[in-house]
Amino acid sequence: MEIKKGIAVSPGVSIGKSLIIDSEDYRIPRREIDPSQRAAEIERARNAFVGAVEELVKLERGPGEAAGGRIKDIFAVHLRYLRDRSLRRKITDMVHAESVTAEYAVSTVLREIASKFTNVKDAYISERAADIYDIERRLLRQLLGHKREDIGRLQEEVVVVARELSPTQTATFNKAFIKGMATDAGGRTSHTAIVARSLGIPAVVALEDLTEIVRGGDTVIIDGNRGIVIVNPDEETIRQYEVYSREFVALEHKLDTIRAKPAVTRDHVRIKLLGNIEFPDEARVVLEKGGEGVGLYRTEFLYLNRPTEPIEQEQYEAYAEVLRVFADRPVIIRTFDLGADKYTQSRRVAPEPNPFLGLRSIRFCLQNLAMFKTQLRAILRASVLGQAKVMFPLITNIQELMQAKMILHDVMEDLDEEGIQYNRDLEVGIMVETPSAALTASTLARDADFFSIGTNDLTQYTLAVDRGNELVSTLYSAADPAVLRLIRMVIQDAYKAQIEVSVCGETASEPEYVMLLLGLGIRTLSITPPMIPEIKQVIRSVTIEDCNQLARKVLAMNSERQISGYLRSAARKILPEAF
Amino acid sequence: MQVGDEVLDKLVRETTVEIRNAAGLHMRPAMLFVDIASRFESDITVSSGPTNADGKSIMQMSMLAATCGTRLDIRAEGPDAEQALEALRELVEVRMFDEPPP
Repeated sequence: MEIKKGIAVSPGVSIGKSLIIDSEDYRIPRREIDPSQRAAEIERARNAFVGAVEELVKLERGPGEAAGGRIKDIFAVHLRYLRDRSLRRKITDMVHAESVTAEYAVSTVLREIASKFTNVKDAYISERAADIYDIERRLLRQLLGHKREDIGRLQEEVVVVARELSPTQTATFNKAFIKGMATDAGGRTSHTAIVARSLGIPAVVALEDLTEIVRGGDTVIIDGNRGIVIVNPDEETIRQYEVYSREFVALEHKLDTIRAKPAVTRDHVRIKLLGNIEFPDEARVVLEKGGEGVGLYRTEFLYLNRPTEPIEQEQYEAYAEVLRVFADRPVIIRTFDLGADKYTQSRRVAPEPNPFLGLRSIRFCLQNLAMFKTQLRAILRASVLGQAKVMFPLITNIQELMQAKMILHDVMEDLDEEGIQYNRDLEVGIMVETPSAALTASTLARDADFFSIGTNDLTQYTLAVDRGNELVSTLYSAADPAVLRLIRMVIQDAYKAQIEVSVCGETASEPEYVMLLLGLGIRTLSITPPMIPEIKQVIRSVTIEDCNQLARKVLAMNSERQISGYLRSAARKILPEAF
Repeated sequence: MQVGDEVLDKLVRETTVEIRNAAGLHMRPAMLFVDIASRFESDITVSSGPTNADGKSIMQMSMLAATCGTRLDIRAEGPDAEQALEALRELVEVRMFDEPPP
């Protein structure tokens, strides 16, 4: 039995058999096998070589001929490497001598060779390391490919263990069978955390070397309340956790009973509670949990896990499905927030050196007009089915907003000419998630129908902290005075301009922040669906007067530690079970 | 030629060549070298300083990382050792792997 401590990012407890997902981009973790499995592992390595050779022979005969001699030479070199007996022997010897998996041996041996090249001073030779990495990837695809496909076709319940999960990987999950997630990397706002919360399954991240300890099929307990993962627990521990898990479910049920009750404070102030969704099938979860609409419909899923662009009709159906579920209640559709960690980098010939400050989100859309217009067309066409609103992400200045709105009008004119119906009064809002947007909120408010504060990016850009980097993630906190002052500024400017302002970042889903946000003037929160009952419970337990007082106190504080400590103790008084 | 070697049907021949093309013994030249070496029955060993490589293994040959100007000792052992050395010398020094000099 081994106990690992990480960061709890999605509540709940799961006990299950582990499924390990390896990623192409990361070092394959060292995993030892039973000596009796060595022969089978060596056979896997051999088959990987055979499969990779077949793949290359096909490629060599393929349309590459037109590409000229160079590409052919590259394939020819790779083929000779894959047929090199001394290379195969090196790998099988390692599996045999160290009792490790074929993928670990492949990765280690080839990276050793690559590092030899990298260390040569001659630029031409050192660049050959890229060829070796390519060969490594080809072999790893052979070894891991089937496993990866299996994720979509899972037949039994598992807990997923990985170094880190990419949006592409989670998009392929067969969600019915995933009971929990645990990753080596990541923080409170990593992709894994967001997906786990939206699915309502427990998750723990930042476990550092978990993938080196767990083997596929091991029994693993994921405690998403305390941030603990237990590998191969003893019977006593399993029994304790089964009891604990039942108690937790009981609390969840208690919260479910308030589902039908309104989100109103004790002094009768009505708060609008909306859900953040990533896939159309989550719309029903929002309703089940008592949400009153969708405050953030992320549309990137349309782009993930597919080689081609989603056509207009496909997008239309994805938007229509959600609009029909909500009928006369609002659904805010956010235009593609691609780039940075999502989608665009892996397709670039040369990755951007600093993608979070690069061509992402609205910038990417404004440079890819055909794609942007297709999405706006699909949204407009679907807008007649319900209360759709459109929202542009990562606006940093007024020109971007004007340009995006102009393109929207172009698309409207096109639809007019074609005689296609759409909602002419479609509301257009923006995400306020950069310091520049927050500082110029009074200007932006003149041309926006609503603001939605995206606290994740706002925090990251204000504090200059990469939220996914474990080395600095402790510096990432929306309770930092700098972030709070910006949030207050945005709310005040929205009030002055008389437009609606909501919060759709992760902080809105955290009970300890709710009082503060209400005290700052927020009346609309958009949160991850499974958290709706709990946040409603918080709302129903407070008065706006208490919240205002709390906000005044917090704004007078100078350090993040003081503020987050104060918020936590205030929340513990309201909802002791959740802490 | 020594009589004993003839009887054993096994010759040992050695020579030294210099890499003359600008880009050195990178992947493609290593491939050409291995392809020619593999045509012969003889065992072929290539040494660069203290490092030895099997002349028929692209992995080992490319890991020599021999840049322009590097001298390689080639040793062939087998019935066609002489022809093998001649063909390899021609590839490295005369054809220069069909690549430009510096």
